[in-house]
Amino acid sequence: MGKNPGSLARPAGRAMQIGRDDAERAALPGRQDRAVPPLAVDLRGVHKSFGSVQAVRGVALAIGSGEVMAFLGPNGAGKTSTIDMILGLSRPDAGAVEVYGMAPRQAVRKGLVSAVMQTGGLLKDLTVAETAQYTASLFAVSRPVGEVLERAGITAIAGRRVGRCSGGEQQRLRFAMALIPDPELLILDEPTQGMDVEGRRGFWQAIREDAASGRTIVFATHYLEEADAYADRIVLISKGQIVADGTAAEVKDLASGRTIRATLPGADETALRAIPGADGVEIRGDTVLIHCGDSDAVARRLLNQTPARDLEITSRGLEDAFLALTGDAAAGPAGESQAAI
Amino acid sequence: MTAQSALAAALERQPPPLGGFSPAIVRLEVRRLLRNRRTMILALVLPVVFFVGFGLNNSYVHQAFGRGNVSAAEMISIALYGAVAATATCGAMVSIERAAGWSRQLRVTPLSPAAYVVIKMLTSLVLAAGAVCAVYLVGAVTNKVSMPADLWVITGLYVWIGSLLFAAFGLFIGYLLPSENVMQIIGLALTLLCFAGGLFIPLSQFSPGLQTFAKFTPVYGLNELVHYPLAGGTLEWSWILNLAVWLAIFVAGAVWRLRRDTARV
Repeated sequence: MGKNPGSLARPAGRAMQIGRDDAERAALPGRQDRAVPPLAVDLRGVHKSFGSVQAVRGVALAIGSGEVMAFLGPNGAGKTSTIDMILGLSRPDAGAVEVYGMAPRQAVRKGLVSAVMQTGGLLKDLTVAETAQYTASLFAVSRPVGEVLERAGITAIAGRRVGRCSGGEQQRLRFAMALIPDPELLILDEPTQGMDVEGRRGFWQAIREDAASGRTIVFATHYLEEADAYADRIVLISKGQIVADGTAAEVKDLASGRTIRATLPGADETALRAIPGADGVEIRGDTVLIHCGDSDAVARRLLNQTPARDLEITSRGLEDAFLALTGDAAAGPAGESQAAI
Repeated sequence: MTAQSALAAALERQPPPLGGFSPAIVRLEVRRLLRNRRTMILALVLPVVFFVGFGLNNSYVHQAFGRGNVSAAEMISIALYGAVAATATCGAMVSIERAAGWSRQLRVTPLSPAAYVVIKMLTSLVLAAGAVCAVYLVGAVTNKVSMPADLWVITGLYVWIGSLLFAAFGLFIGYLLPSENVMQIIGLALTLLCFAGGLFIPLSQFSPGLQTFAKFTPVYGLNELVHYPLAGGTLEWSWILNLAVWLAIFVAGAVWRLRRDTARV
């Protein structure tokens, strides 16, 4: 965990960068100018507590129009609490929440934002098509019911009672309902929880096709591979605070950098440790493992100045980054990587 | 650029009028109700069975009551029972909707809580109309109810509109008790309240102490008022007071719970 201060510096830097963009925006004389689209989501210093539990502790997050962002974190990290505030389901104790430059509830009323909730939210005694019709009747402007059912891939079960649909079918129905207002921002809270692999793949296929239209998508997940595979940007949240923010590759780098494995008989551990960029060295017989932030520099040094051969450079998985950054050290992989360091 | 102009156009969107209320939703809600066997039995079948079983016996048919016979009074009573059962169970369905997370889902739509309550009230009025019509229809075809023609319409309307009191009761209970058991509780509570209000047995057959107690229960005022056009005599202010106070209590309770429900999560 000795590397954490370094890794934490990055998200702070990113946050500052976002802050600067904001300042620039504010400095522009025509702030309302159409040329500068408002942020899809703007959270500033947001706090939320439930009794003595501080669910969200000072979250600042700016999500631009057209981003596909994963909100990644373990259970109880504050993902759903934050999403609830973006949707206007709850109000922050401190700080400000804006969606397209307006109060969240107003954005919902205008049909600019919609959501696919984690569980529930359906009436068993309505059919799939009736549920979509019900939702469509609530909005000023809506996409045709047939079209959204088609896009969610549930046209074939339109006449089925919701109570008789599988978990995956119900989730597709929630997705169809969320598409009805043709929202600019679509929020999905743990959308594939409880789905099998097949269902999950199909669901993401539908989401990805939809994202191609330029919609802003924010999804909460604790499936690392989902965040890695489907998001342009990952925001890692832990204990109510953002601990990392960047692309999947950047987030992986933050926590763990890369590991170089090489064959180097008679390696001198002290000398290897002295290589700039090497964070940890492990010697197993003729094999050395070097954990490093700057793998390029270390590899160059190894190849040029030592008899090291058979170099392998691997990036540690997002899972390791996740565990390292969220501090869930109890789990296996984190324990291993700590031992290695 | 096209994405931007699409966004610009989207930002110009307006929220729906009337807080998202639309007749299409009432239609869908009614369709849901018609599928709910328990509600249909409670609101439509049971009152008809009661009326045929207890309201049409020969002694009632031949006994005068105000401007008609006792069967007419019984018909009004049992229609009221069916109507309040209809509105109360409709209102209480919010507890099932809350448990299913449907209320939360609706809060991510433009629908306002006020519009939702109006939808629930209108839906319950549709079922209440069914309950009143079913009992009155049986009264008409059996040809045993004697009452001037205009009173059929007037008392029917009174019962129908008056049953809204129990839509508020149902909403209050539905927001108060977060379980599916709420339907059993509502069914039992209604039956007791209807007894206490003198709907099944005239209050005059109660002991004096019980009679005094009964006058403070919520069905009493409504029951006396809907029978008044048939019974005649003097209009007691206590009936109106009883109705007004209970309406205020139920509406205040429902609003209180609704507010709390909306502030939560």
